Amino acid sequence: MIQTALNLIVVLVTIGVVMAVVLLHVAYLTYFERKILGWMQDRMGPMEVGYHGLLQPIADGLKLFFKEDIVPAQANKIIFTLAPILVLVPALIGFAVVPFGRDSIHLFGLTFRPYVTDLNIGILYILAFASIGAYGVLLGGWASNNKYSLLGGLRSAAQVISYELSLGLAIVGVLLMAGSLSLVKITEAQNGGALHWFILPQFVAFVIYLISAVAETNRLPFDLPEAESELVAGFFTEYSGMRFAFFFLAEYANMILVSCIATILFLGGWHAPFEALSFIPPILWFAGKVYFFLFFYIWIRGTLPRLRYDQLMMFGWKVMIPLALANILVTSVVLFFIRG
Amino acid sequence: MGANPASFNDTEPRPITEDLPLRRSEEVLLNMGPQHPATHGVLRVVLELEGEKIIKATPDLGYLHRGVEKLCEGLTYQQIIPHTDRLDYICSMTNNFAYVRAIEKLLGVSIPERGEYVRTIIAEMQRIVGHLFWLGTQALDIGAMTIFFWTFREREVLLDLFEQTCGARLTMNYFRIGGVNGDLKPEVIARLRTFLADFPSKIDEYDRLLLNNRIWLSRTKNIAVISAEDAVNFGLTGPALRGSGVYYDVRKAEPYAAYGKVDWDVPLGSNGDTYDRYRVRMQEMKQSARIIAQCLDQLPEGPVLTDVPQVVAPPKEKVMQDMQSLIHHFIIFTEGFRPPKGEVYCATEAPKGELGFSIVSDGSPKPYRLKIRSPSFVHLGAFDHMARGYMIADIVTIFGTYDIVMGECDR
Repeated sequence: MIQTALNLIVVLVTIGVVMAVVLLHVAYLTYFERKILGWMQDRMGPMEVGYHGLLQPIADGLKLFFKEDIVPAQANKIIFTLAPILVLVPALIGFAVVPFGRDSIHLFGLTFRPYVTDLNIGILYILAFASIGAYGVLLGGWASNNKYSLLGGLRSAAQVISYELSLGLAIVGVLLMAGSLSLVKITEAQNGGALHWFILPQFVAFVIYLISAVAETNRLPFDLPEAESELVAGFFTEYSGMRFAFFFLAEYANMILVSCIATILFLGGWHAPFEALSFIPPILWFAGKVYFFLFFYIWIRGTLPRLRYDQLMMFGWKVMIPLALANILVTSVVLFFIRG
Repeated sequence: MGANPASFNDTEPRPITEDLPLRRSEEVLLNMGPQHPATHGVLRVVLELEGEKIIKATPDLGYLHRGVEKLCEGLTYQQIIPHTDRLDYICSMTNNFAYVRAIEKLLGVSIPERGEYVRTIIAEMQRIVGHLFWLGTQALDIGAMTIFFWTFREREVLLDLFEQTCGARLTMNYFRIGGVNGDLKPEVIARLRTFLADFPSKIDEYDRLLLNNRIWLSRTKNIAVISAEDAVNFGLTGPALRGSGVYYDVRKAEPYAAYGKVDWDVPLGSNGDTYDRYRVRMQEMKQSARIIAQCLDQLPEGPVLTDVPQVVAPPKEKVMQDMQSLIHHFIIFTEGFRPPKGEVYCATEAPKGELGFSIVSDGSPKPYRLKIRSPSFVHLGAFDHMARGYMIADIVTIFGTYDIVMGECDR
């Protein structure tokens, strides 16, 4: 009985810490994005709130918190309220299976592991919840009773479904090599330096994953659902205050989540690239790799224009999915001969 | 679903059409603007959509109508100049230029040579500013945000030079009937030369982001195509016409100012699509830089304002000390001047196209009628023709490719 209670405490504390860390990073990711974009565009980025604008995310959060919460008169109120939750929760829940580091922490006789849980179907679990997020976007767009929102929602549903396919298929190659769906096992399978990382044998899958992940998170050049110049703000045109913040947080949480998965699947998770560098704590390696991907997202946002809807669909179905399927085929054949 | 007005291929009818069969498809009416982030001001377009495809696009103008033409009938000829600033507020100097040229044509006043060169330099600087602004907003509409800030960086330099020359950055009011108000300062010329030396590398910088970018190509190639014949029939001018391969530029057709004395080319497109118009504008910026550089080299000495006392006010320093000049000043600014009776139309090549002023004079100090032929307004006539059959995402590309400014469109 006491053991169960203690276990419960451990789990709750871990969940609390993971959520706090993730939300903090989500908040500061917006700051980094604005700073990096600013530097790329010959500007300063946020400078006013705090030293070099460091308190800007907090100010933004407070502002959104105190904003009036408007529900359009003609909107479907229940679904309108439900949609932001339906977007944010799946984005955060995915972090439950992400192994952030190697070492467990022992405190007061309790063992705190660097992940909430190690599901043996971890990657499936994340993909499943990511799909639920699409419902939130679609329902939010529909419930707003605004044509721009509806168009945004429709685009988003089509886009997420198309690119989830290539995303899922890209991952299959890695799963074949690792022989497991557990993110912890996949990380451990890449032990032994950069040469054992799956990015080398699965480079095609890596590129497909990276592109699909951008589409999945509705970022430029695939930000059609919220294309500002076409659809005002797409599916969240009618949202304000904290509901808007939910969509916003979900977008950045999703960015971090797909970067975490990319790190685990292709860059060896918390492993150091060389044995000589393993004195740096694994959790820092993990964070560093995640931030590499996040920087990449921000970088392409600063560089590329936006694709058009039909071009996006054509690219997804006619280029990405065939490539991903070919990758699975080649990987399977090669593995079959190597492993006999 | 019933409460939702925008249902695609919907299975549930709206109340009005309840007796119709359940399965049917209808166009969606999407009202874009007047408040929309991509409509460049207050343009409203009613789109009939089939899915995301445009069946019909009807521009609805007039949200920025201020009655400038009517207003001008109550003002003396010099008082109208600041009002022309507010037409195409991105390139206010070219509006000034177009207006004063029309009046000078009416009066038969000639400009000192240095004045002509200064006008050419300023007009070409303004063209660069206008095209930079266009490039930034067009790229921003298509989703490339960085280029917008980069173009504003260069635009800033030129606006600073304008500020040094005439004290204002946006609504400059620098041109006068008979010349310009004040000479170019030596430091402005020096800074302009540095800018020109640097500018080609900046254009290369923009090209690196866009020119061969596959997404940019797929968003602009074969989008909003208009054939040379249609372009002429719709009355398109400027880069929109030259993108279709028609060799027409007022600066070449009837050279004014110093355009006949410098060496420059008219860039032409061939397909008449958005990409060609983009290429034309990019090359026009280079040509403008070329014109400015040559003008700076040839810049003759002399006054910049003509000496016609009936039309031109005396210099400000004299007004403060000299009784005759004070009286002269007073008369010019209270009574204005009386041009001969007659009618005049004068076209000037503005960055957006042919900007023409048509003025009817009844011999009084105020115009009897003043009509502005603004390229933005004429170009919108071809909007539906160019938009049909493209996707809703292309609408913003088409807005951008015209380079419309509602200020001169609605007047």
